[in-house]
Amino acid sequence: MRIYVTSVLVDDQRKALAFYTDTLGFVKKHDIPLGEASWLTVVSPDDPDGTELLLEPDGHPAARPWKAALVADGIPLTSFAVDDVEAEYRRLEALGVEFTQPPTEMGPTTTAVFDDTCGNLIQIVHVAAS
Amino acid sequence: MGDVFKALADPTRRTILDELADRDDQTLFEICSRLLTKHRLDSTRQAISQHLDVLEAAGLIDVRREGRYKFHSINRAPLEHIADRWLGRS
Repeated sequence: MRIYVTSVLVDDQRKALAFYTDTLGFVKKHDIPLGEASWLTVVSPDDPDGTELLLEPDGHPAARPWKAALVADGIPLTSFAVDDVEAEYRRLEALGVEFTQPPTEMGPTTTAVFDDTCGNLIQIVHVAAS
Repeated sequence: MGDVFKALADPTRRTILDELADRDDQTLFEICSRLLTKHRLDSTRQAISQHLDVLEAAGLIDVRREGRYKFHSINRAPLEHIADRWLGRS
């Protein structure tokens, strides 16, 4: 068994695709119409055969209150690895991305948290070499 | 004033203030992360939330809602009142 996909619940798949590709820099892998929605995944250009991120509709009635509660407390839905949190922070902020936590050293890790415009907070992290 | 001393009597709440002194506008998640990674304080999120309620009731932190987010900042005014009272500051 292996993990091939993980998901974020988004309020609008097309808006999410634009943000996760144009702004974050991921690339589209699959976009397969399935009823009202699509099986829509992106991957890192550094790892095109790696784990896919599914941009999954948040249409279930429980999804949005849950997402809103996480956002109110600043809790990221998931976390992406970067080489330089400070550089990514500056790059994304220049693109208009809103951060709820600027780069902060948390023990051996540096983290920052931003809003994905689709109802989620996302953490970026770099773990210092030990 | 009584609430201030009660709020400050707890070491976890003092550590929360130490971390909020580092930067304003921290989310609950950030405060919990700082306590865990920098101080090895693995209190539950619910417990930290209750500590924040005590600090807010004592006027030692301000809680600000901005859109969908909630941010916490230190409010030093009650501490300045203590200094004014006993340290002869004016």
